[in-house]
Amino acid sequence: MAAVLFEEVKTQTGGNKTWRRLRRRRRAMFGLGVVLFFVVAALLAPWLAPYDPVATSWTAVRAAPSSSFWFGADELGRDVLSRIIWGARASILAGLVSVSISIALGVPVGMLAGYLGRWTDALISRITDAMLACPFLILAIALAAFLGPSLTNAMIAIGISATPIFIRLTRAQVLAAKSEDYVEAARALGNPHWRIALRHILPNIVAPLIVQATLAIAAAVIAEASLSFLGLGQQPPAPSWGSMLNTARNYVEQAPWMAIWPGLSIFLLVLSFNLLGDGLRDALDPRHK
Amino acid sequence: MLNYLLQRLATIVPTLFFVSILIFGLQQLLPGDPAIALAGEERDPEVVAFLRAKFHLDEPLPVRYWYWAKGVLHGDLGDSVRIQKPVTELILEKLPVTIQLAAMAIVIALVIGITAGVVSAVKKDTWWDYGANVFALWGLSTPNFWLGILLILFFAVRLGWLPASGYVSPFEDLKANLASMIMPAFVLGNAFAAVLMRHTRSAMLQVLSSDYVRTARAKGLDERVVVLKHALRNALIPVITLGALGLGELLGGAVLTEQVFTIPGFGKLIVDAVFNRDYSVVQGVVLFTATVYITLNLLADLAYFLVNPRMRH
Repeated sequence: MAAVLFEEVKTQTGGNKTWRRLRRRRRAMFGLGVVLFFVVAALLAPWLAPYDPVATSWTAVRAAPSSSFWFGADELGRDVLSRIIWGARASILAGLVSVSISIALGVPVGMLAGYLGRWTDALISRITDAMLACPFLILAIALAAFLGPSLTNAMIAIGISATPIFIRLTRAQVLAAKSEDYVEAARALGNPHWRIALRHILPNIVAPLIVQATLAIAAAVIAEASLSFLGLGQQPPAPSWGSMLNTARNYVEQAPWMAIWPGLSIFLLVLSFNLLGDGLRDALDPRHK
Repeated sequence: MLNYLLQRLATIVPTLFFVSILIFGLQQLLPGDPAIALAGEERDPEVVAFLRAKFHLDEPLPVRYWYWAKGVLHGDLGDSVRIQKPVTELILEKLPVTIQLAAMAIVIALVIGITAGVVSAVKKDTWWDYGANVFALWGLSTPNFWLGILLILFFAVRLGWLPASGYVSPFEDLKANLASMIMPAFVLGNAFAAVLMRHTRSAMLQVLSSDYVRTARAKGLDERVVVLKHALRNALIPVITLGALGLGELLGGAVLTEQVFTIPGFGKLIVDAVFNRDYSVVQGVVLFTATVYITLNLLADLAYFLVNPRMRH
């Protein structure tokens, strides 16, 4: 009991230290701020959005930005701002869900490969190589094509395509941790393998995984926007930044605002996750400058 | 040398084997009867029966894989249901367009990325360095289809300098070809330039603090000679390998870029195939891209081996 308590206190101070280091990095804090801004906007979409995001209005077709439509209206007279706010849901959901899929698949498989070694490792490594040989976006397009176009399938496709990165990272971290003294000690004490892997190794490799996960969310947000842009993600009329850009392409001359705001939103959200990931890497690993 | 080459080649065989299983496995994701799905819009029972026989759909899975893989090894990636042409022929038809786009993008990325990387490393912690880092973050965070639309808006719609879309063969009119390709190539090269900049910067920083660079400076060599001849040449070695890994992203980005600028290349082929439910084409394109990617990485490893004398021992 005392040991458990001690461990909890220890990890808590570790977290505090990281947070203190992170807080000093202005770029990372900017990233965190923007991410939180979009998360709040997505959660409060029904109350924040001035209009129904799918309600069309023939009097507002391609209306320029004005006091009644801050970001203008699209080709069917739908309010661009409301669609951006609702679209944040698709983007953030896609980022979180697909990376959760990658972690849920990649971390256990990577641990198996790193911990068991030998033929298990050889087999898993070859499969990982094969998946990495297919460019991320092309694999995601192919998977989404065969699964059928929908936001859920896009998230599955992105999650699977990003899995090999987590397998590789986990495997490498486990290999490094395996030869550390504390693992040797745990083994000498007669701990079972599953306990060594889960209680001793896993907590020590979480830091690089968190960094990778943050950067992977950035990639997943772009990937979801890309798939939606191609028509393989969120299906119309449901709003998504990628599909908004797809329609905007046809009205660049008449209604440039249709293209500017959704693109800017993707850019800001992705940039923020990248800044946050870079900051976390520096904060969690002081050696990395 | 020969040993290394053989070892490296030996790892490719299992990788390609698993790639083929992965791509063959995609078919299994299709809901319902694959013969009906493969037939696409056509529900003609004759077509369905033909496809069932052609793909041996009544046979067990390993047998079907065997038939499929045998065809692939003979260069037969199947036929497009939509265009009634062999997939191999379609790919070879579209390939030159994408090669030109990718080559131009790589040149742009190399020029911008390596220059920015060198400048930011040499002028570390100055405004040059911050500027280059901001550029890299911009490049990594901008969806390239959005950048494409913005460039169209500015250079085609507002200024009218460049065509908004369309493709002209270089054999018809080289000038028009370059005019139609420069924006897409820039869009595609932008993100890759950011990746190269980051790699070049960190490699240069490492090399610049090494002993032989200090010696070169102590000899009184011109700083430009030290940076470009002594440092950069060595810093570029890891950039080659890391750059080759980034080529995969470039191939993925080409799909979006071609879609934005309606360029009839490889990326347009896969997107059209997706919407026509032309699954053999999708599989063929993925298999082909993976093979190209594996080959390019092999070449990069060999180049790394050749330019780095330490590796030979």
